[in-house]
Amino acid sequence: MDQEELGKLEARCIQEQPPACAAACPVHVDARAMAAAIAGGDFTSAAKIYKKSVPFPGIISRVCDHPCQAVCRRRDAGDAVSVRALEKSCLDWAEQVRDTGFLPPAKNKRVAVVGGGLSGLTAAFELAKKGFSVEVFEKEGRLGGSLFRFSREQLPEEVIAADLQALDKVGVTIRLSVKVGEAISLESLCEDFEAVYLAPGEQPEGGLGLGLDGAGGWLIDPVTLGTTNPKVFAGGSVRRSTGNRSPIESIADGRRGAISIDRFIQKVSLTASRGGEGAQETRLFTSTEGLAPMGETAMADAAGGYSREEAVLEAKRCIQCQCLECVKVCEYLNSFKSYPKKYVRQIYNNLSIVMGHRHANKLVNSCSLCGLCREVCPEDLNMGLVCKKAREIMVEQGRMPPSPHDFPIRDMLFSNSEKFALTRPQPGTSASRYLFFPGCQLSASAPDQVRKTYAFLCEQLRGGVGLMLRCCGAPAEWSGRVELFSESFADIVSQWQELGRPQVILACSTCYEIFKTHLPEASVISLWEVLDRTGPPDGAGRGSVPDRALAVHDACSTRHEKHIHQAVRNILRRLGFEIEELALSGDKTECCGYGGLMFFANPELARSVIGNRIRQSDSDYLAYCAMCRDYLASAGKRTWHLLDLLFGAPQGGDAQRKGPGYTMRRENRARLKNALLEELFGEKPIGMEKYGGIGLRISDELRESLERRQILDSDIQQVIEFAESSGSKLRSSRSGHFLAHWKPAAVTYWVEYSEAEGEFIVHNAYCHRMELTEGNRRLG
Amino acid sequence: MRENNAAPAESEWLCAKCGLPLEVGKVDVGYLGSVFPVDLYRCTKCGQTFVPEELAEGKMAEVEKLLEDK
Ligand code: SF4
Ligand code: SF4
Ligand code: SF4
Ligand SMILES: [Zn+2]
Repeated sequence: MDQEELGKLEARCIQEQPPACAAACPVHVDARAMAAAIAGGDFTSAAKIYKKSVPFPGIISRVCDHPCQAVCRRRDAGDAVSVRALEKSCLDWAEQVRDTGFLPPAKNKRVAVVGGGLSGLTAAFELAKKGFSVEVFEKEGRLGGSLFRFSREQLPEEVIAADLQALDKVGVTIRLSVKVGEAISLESLCEDFEAVYLAPGEQPEGGLGLGLDGAGGWLIDPVTLGTTNPKVFAGGSVRRSTGNRSPIESIADGRRGAISIDRFIQKVSLTASRGGEGAQETRLFTSTEGLAPMGETAMADAAGGYSREEAVLEAKRCIQCQCLECVKVCEYLNSFKSYPKKYVRQIYNNLSIVMGHRHANKLVNSCSLCGLCREVCPEDLNMGLVCKKAREIMVEQGRMPPSPHDFPIRDMLFSNSEKFALTRPQPGTSASRYLFFPGCQLSASAPDQVRKTYAFLCEQLRGGVGLMLRCCGAPAEWSGRVELFSESFADIVSQWQELGRPQVILACSTCYEIFKTHLPEASVISLWEVLDRTGPPDGAGRGSVPDRALAVHDACSTRHEKHIHQAVRNILRRLGFEIEELALSGDKTECCGYGGLMFFANPELARSVIGNRIRQSDSDYLAYCAMCRDYLASAGKRTWHLLDLLFGAPQGGDAQRKGPGYTMRRENRARLKNALLEELFGEKPIGMEKYGGIGLRISDELRESLERRQILDSDIQQVIEFAESSGSKLRSSRSGHFLAHWKPAAVTYWVEYSEAEGEFIVHNAYCHRMELTEGNRRLG
Repeated sequence: MRENNAAPAESEWLCAKCGLPLEVGKVDVGYLGSVFPVDLYRCTKCGQTFVPEELAEGKMAEVEKLLEDK
C-alpha cells in the first residue's frame, strides 16, 4: 500500500452516507437533521431543513406517500418515525420567516410546461428560479391537477393556494384552460419555446406524435426524462400506472426534468453525474442492537397533527442514524472527536505536507494498531493499518518526530545488545527441536517465571529446547522503522537457522504475531498451547487467588488466534477457575494501551484506554501478556498473569503488584541473562559498565517523576560519572548540591545530586532534547 | 524561542570547575535544524550552561513538540 492507496481507503468509511430515510426520499429530505432540530425544540430550523428539499412544503407535508418511513431504521424497535407528520409540525410551529430568496438575472430563454399538477409546477418553479421565463399550460380552469383527489380535510384548498403562491414570486406565467393537442399543438410549442416539459398526468390520446413503447406509453428515458423529440421531456404520473401515483415522485420528476432542460439549453451533457437524483439505497450501516422499542407518538388531535410537545417526543424517537461502530469501541478514535473517513483524509494530507505544521502526527502515532476497528466495521476498514502505513511513510520521508518512539526503540536496542541477547541450545544437548522465546517484556516483568518456565519446558519436552533471549522487534515494527526491524529480525532468523529451524515457543502474544508474520517458514506455537498439552506443573493452582471468577483479558495481538484463546481457557479450567468473558474479548478484545506504542506517543490516551478497560468487570483480571498485566495493574486493577497461577507471582507479589519501573525492567533482563549464563550454561556473566558501580539513592517520590520522564538510573549514573571525572558541574551557593548534565545520545539529562558515604543522593533529574552549544566545555 | 525574561539577576549556581558565578549571556539552542539564541546563565570562562528544570519541562518541551511537527 502506498500513499495514494492509503488515501483511497477514505472511501471505505460509510459514516457520511445518507441515512436510510433521506436516501429513500426521492427529493432527499434530511429527515435526520429535521428530527434533530425538532427534538431540540427548534422548529424554525427544522422547517428550513425541510423546505430546502421540497418546493411545495405545505402540500407534501399532508399528502406525501413517505417512502422514507418504509425504510426507517427505527422500525427495528418500534414503528417508523412519522416523518411526514413531523414535516407538518415543523411548518405549524416554526416562526414565520420571510423568504429572502433572490432571483438570478433573466435568461431570455422560454420554456413551456404542459400540465399544472405537482410535477409540472415543480419543473416550472425550478426553471423559473434559474432565470428561464416559464409558461404553464393547464387544461383545467385551476392549477393542482390530481391534488384535488385528496379529501379537503387532508389537503385544504388554502394550503394548495398558499404553496402555489411561490410560483408568482418567481414569475411563472400560467395559462389555464388550454389543452395542448387541441387549442395549441406540441409542434407550435416546440417552435415558440426552447424546450417543453410534459406532465399531463395522463397521456393525451394520440400521444402528441411522440414515439411510443410497446404498451403504447411514451418512450421516456428514466435518467433524463427525454422523449423521442430532443426538445421535449416528460414526467410525473404519466410515467406511472394509475395505482402507483406518488406525489413525491412527481415532484422528483419535475426537478429531474428541470435539470435536463437546463442542461439541454446550455448544451451540456444530459447524462453526466446524475446518479444522486431520485430514491437511492444507502450504504450507511446503523446498529439497532439493544435499542429499546418505542411505538409512534399518538396525536391528541388527529386532524390537527402533532402539538409541539408531541412532535418533540416523536422526533426523539429518531435514532439519528449513523455508523460509528468503530468509534464506539475505540477510545483512540473517540478521543480525536471525528471518524475514520475524516481521519484518513487528515493523515493523507499530513503525509503530503511539504512545508508547514503536521497536525496529524499525533493522530498517526496514537493508534494502538490493535485492529478492533476492522472487526466491528461493516466495511472492514482497519485504521491500525492506515496508521502503521502512515508511520512507515513518515520514517521513509525522514519526517517521523523523534520523541514518541525514541525510548521504546532504545529499550529494544538494549534488549538486543549483549546485555540481554542470548541464544543457546538446551544445556547438554546440541540439537534443538524447540526454541523458547520468552520475549523482552516478560523477562523484564517476571524474570523468575522465565527461568521456571524454561526449566519446565526442558523437563517436559523431548529433543532439546533452545533458548533465545531478546526483543522480537515489535517497537521498530510499530513505529514504522522498517529497516531497523528487518535488520534486527534478520539476526533472529539466522540464529534460528543455526539452531536447526526449531519450532518456536512464544510466551508473548506480540512476539507470536511478529514471528508468524515475518518468519512464515517457521512452525510457531504459543506457550499456552504447549502448557495446555503438557498440563500444569506440580503445585500450580489457586494458591492465593481468591475463589472467584477471573475475567480474561485477551491480548489484542491474538485477536485472530482462537486456538490461543482456547488454550488459555483450557488451562484456567484445568486449574479450577471459573471464567468470566468480558463483553469485548476473543476476536473483539481491546488493547491494553501498550500496542502500537500508544503509551509512549500519547500517555494520557493510554491511561484512559486502561481506565475504560478495567472498569468492565469487578472480577480480578487474567492476562497472558506481561505488558497487558502490568498496564492494567498500573491503574490499580487486580490482574494476574497466567504464569502467576502456574509458577507463582514474582517475589510473592499478588494481582495488585505494580510492574517494575523502566530501570528495573532493564536490570531484570540483564540479571536474568547473567543468572542463566552462570547457572545453566556455566559461562561467565556479562560485566557492567564502568558507571554501573555508581551507587544512587533515589526517593520514591523522585522515582515516580523519573518514570514519567523516562529517565533511567543508568542515565543518571552517566551524568555523575561525566561530572565527577571532568569536574564539569555547577554548585549551588545555597544548598551545596551539584548540578550536572550529559548527553549520551539524543537527550540531555540533568542531575542535581550530592555525595554521602561514597554514594550519590539524587535530588532531582530532568531532561530535554534541544541541544546547547556550550563553547569550549569538554564534551567527554 | 522566547528568552527567559523572568531570570533573576543572580543565579545560585557557580561553575564548580572554574569557581566563577554564572552570568546571563546568549547561548545557541538548537533542535532539528533550527537554532535560537537564548539568554541563559553560563560560565563566562568554560561556557558551561545552566538550564533550569522549568525551562526544560516548559518552554523547551513545547518548542521541541512544535519543531517535531513542522
Ligand atoms: S431513525 Fe431517523 S435517521 Fe434513521 S431512518 Fe428513521 S428518520 Fe431517518
Ligand atoms: S465502522 Fe467506523 S470506519 Fe467503518 S464505516 Fe463505520 S464509521 Fe466508518
Ligand atoms: S487499530 Fe485499535 S486503536 Fe487503532 S483505530 Fe483501530 S481499534 Fe482503535
Ligand atoms: Zn566554568
